[in-house]
Amino acid sequence: MTPLWIQKAHIIDPAAKRDATGDLYVNEAGKIVPSLSAAAKKRARKIDASGLVACPGLVDIHVHFREPGQTHKETIATGSRAAAAGGFTTVVCMPNTSPVADNAGTIQAIKDAAARDAIVRVYPTGCITTGMKGQALAPIGSLKRAGVVAITDDGDCVQSNALMRSAVEYAKMFDLPVMDHCQDHALTLGAVMNEGVASTRLGLRGWPNAAEDIIVSRNVILSHYTGAHIHCQHISSKYSVELLRRAKARGVRITAEATPHHIALTDAALEHYDTHYKMNPPLRTEEDRLAIIDGLRDGAIDIIATDHAPHTDYEKDREFDNAPNGILGLETALPVTLDTLVRQNKFKLPYVIDLMTRKPAQLLKLPAGTLAEGAPADICLFDPAEKWLYDAKKGFSKSANSPWSGQTLTARVKYTIVGGKMVFENGNIR
Amino acid sequence: MPWTRKDLITLEELSLDEINQIHATAAAFKKILGRSVKKVPALRGKTIVNLFLEPSTRTRISFDMAAKRLSADVISFDAAASSTTKGETLRDTAENVRALGADMIVIRHAASGSPLYLSKLLDIPVINAGDGAHAHPTQGLLDTFTMREHLGSLKGRKIVILGDILFSRVARSNIHALKKFGADVTLVGPSTLVPRHFTDLGVKVSHDLRSALADAEVVMLLRIQHERQATGYFPSLGEYTSMFGLNKTRAGWLNPKAIIMHPGPINRGVEIDNDLADGPNSVILEQVTNGIAVRMAVLYLCSGGQPENVIASGD
Repeated sequence: MTPLWIQKAHIIDPAAKRDATGDLYVNEAGKIVPSLSAAAKKRARKIDASGLVACPGLVDIHVHFREPGQTHKETIATGSRAAAAGGFTTVVCMPNTSPVADNAGTIQAIKDAAARDAIVRVYPTGCITTGMKGQALAPIGSLKRAGVVAITDDGDCVQSNALMRSAVEYAKMFDLPVMDHCQDHALTLGAVMNEGVASTRLGLRGWPNAAEDIIVSRNVILSHYTGAHIHCQHISSKYSVELLRRAKARGVRITAEATPHHIALTDAALEHYDTHYKMNPPLRTEEDRLAIIDGLRDGAIDIIATDHAPHTDYEKDREFDNAPNGILGLETALPVTLDTLVRQNKFKLPYVIDLMTRKPAQLLKLPAGTLAEGAPADICLFDPAEKWLYDAKKGFSKSANSPWSGQTLTARVKYTIVGGKMVFENGNIR
Repeated sequence: MPWTRKDLITLEELSLDEINQIHATAAAFKKILGRSVKKVPALRGKTIVNLFLEPSTRTRISFDMAAKRLSADVISFDAAASSTTKGETLRDTAENVRALGADMIVIRHAASGSPLYLSKLLDIPVINAGDGAHAHPTQGLLDTFTMREHLGSLKGRKIVILGDILFSRVARSNIHALKKFGADVTLVGPSTLVPRHFTDLGVKVSHDLRSALADAEVVMLLRIQHERQATGYFPSLGEYTSMFGLNKTRAGWLNPKAIIMHPGPINRGVEIDNDLADGPNSVILEQVTNGIAVRMAVLYLCSGGQPENVIASGD
C-alpha cells in the first residue's frame, strides 16, 4: 500500500484532544504513524490538505443497507459508497432486512456481502426477537457469536415490558447493548406525523411525543433495574431528552442518539405533504428540535446517527399516508450537522466531530474514531467552507429520497480513507 | 376579478373574494335549478371523472348531479371497482384517467393530501371531494352559502360546531371559510374529539355545551362515528347523547332563530333528537339542495368559466 502524507491539514482528533494544523502520516500497513522514513516520504502520496479538516473517519451506528431482500432500495455495495462519499468509514446496519437478521446464518450472509462488496467497515446488528415480532427472544448468544455489535428491533419497538426486561438482562450476559426504537404502538396507530398544530391543520394522524416518552421512561427503569446498557435511538421529543438527562445524572447506563434531520427540521416542513419529510419518529416542533440540540450540548444525548433509510422514488411517490417512512442520511449528515450545530448553535467543531466519531465508536465498542498512533488510518478530509449543490439522484445511494436534494450545502467531504486506502476522492469512488 | 384557479384543494388557500365569487356563481345556478328545464350547456363536450376512492354516496351523487346539470359527461369510479384494489398507485390511476381524455377529476380519498398530490401530477383541474381529515371544500362552501342565505353577513355571528371535530374534514373546511367571513366560531365536544390544538386555527374550543350554545345563531352537528367509541375516544353512544346530543332543552339555549345544520348522514337520536332534525330550525335538506348549486359553481369556475357569464345567464 502506498504510504500517505497528508500535508497542512487542520487535524481534529477529539480522542487525543488534538486540534491544530499539521501533517498526518499513514504507513504501508495502513496505520497512522507519527512520521515516515525519508524513503517512505519519497514514495508516499502527498495530499495538499491546506484549508481542509482532517478528522477520524465518521462513524454511524444507525443505517439501513436493505441487504438481504430489499436490494432495489440499497445494497451493501451502494450503501457503503454513500457512506464513503459522506466521510463515514464505519457503519452499523439495522437488522430489518428481508428476511430479518434474527439468526446467525443471516448475519453471516451480511458479513460475507460486506467482505465482498463494502468499501467501508460494515458491522451488523441482530434482532431482539425472532422475526422482529416482539413475541420471543431471538438467539442472542448465537447472534453475538456470529458477530453482531448490538441487538435491536429497530422500527418495531418491543412492546412487552417483560420481554424487554428479559432481552436486556440476557444481552447483558454477552455485554451486548440493546438499541431501542422508542415507540408505544397503541398510542401511534395509523400515525404518520407529529401530533400537534401541524397535524391538526393537515388532517394527518398524529404521533404524540408521549409515545416516545413512555418507552424512554420504560428503558430508563429497566436499565436502572438490570444494570444493562440500553441505547435509545433517534430521540425526537423534548421530554425524552429531559428523562435521559435525569437518568444519566443518577448513573443509569442509558445512551441516546439524535439524527441530523431531527435537529435541522420541524413538522412545519410537511405543509405540502412532501413524503421526503416522512420518517419515524416524525419531525417534531421547534421546541423539541431545540431541546435535542441542548441535549447534544450537555450530553443528555450522546451522539449523532443518521438513520439512513433508502426507499425508491416510486415507493415514496405516494399518498402521504401510504408512503414508507425514512430518508437518506449518509451523504448529507456532515454538512447538515455542522450547519445546525456549529454555524447556528455555536458548538465547537471538535465537539461535533466527537459526536460523529469517537463517541459513537465507544458506545458500541467499535475499533474506530481516532487518529491515534497505530490506529487503522480511517480518515475523513473535508472542506468546512465549500458550498455545493446536493443532487440526491447523482449521489451514491441507490435511492434518492432526501429532503435536501436540490439544496446548496456548506462543508464537503473531499477524501475518505479506510485503513490507509483511498476510497473516495473529490467526488469519485476509487 | 377573473377566476384563475384550476384546482380546488382546500378553502384555507382561498381568499374571501374567491369564496364570494363561488357563492355568487352558486346563487345564479340555484336560480336555474328552480326552473323547469334545469340544465345549462356550460360544460357540454367535457368529461368529468369522479374518482371516489373512499366510499361516499351523497357527495358523489351531488357532484354527479351538478356535472349533469352543466351538461358534462360523467364517469364515476369507486374504490371497489378501481384498480387501486389491485395495487395500482394513485399516480398510475391518475395518468390513466388523463390518457382516457378526462377534462377534470373530482377526487375523494381517505389519505389527506391526495388531491394536492394529484393536482401537481395533472394539468387538468382537480376538485377535492374530501381527503382524510384534511378538507372537504365544497361542503364548507355549501354550508357557509346556506348560513349566508339565512343570516346575511357572517361577521361576528356566533357559530358552534358540535361533535367529532378531530377526524372531521367538514369541520376544518368550515373553520377556514368562517374565519375568512369573520365569524365567531366555537368547537364543542368531548375533549378527546376536540383537542386543544384547534385553537391555533383561530377558533374557541369548549367542552361546556350550555355556555357554547347560549345565543348561538348556527349550530352545526357532525356525525358521531361508532368506530370512535370502539377505539376509546368516548365511553358509549348513550353517554355521548347524554352529554353532547342536541335535544329540545339544549336547543332552547340557542338564539330562537338559530339554524341547525348537519352534513349528513344523521344518526337520529344520537347527535340530534328526531324532532329537531325535522323541525322548523333545521336546514339540513337545504344544505343538500345548495350542495348541487355550489358544486356546479366550482366545476364551472375551475374549468375556465367566469362568474359574470353565468350570473347573466341565470337572470
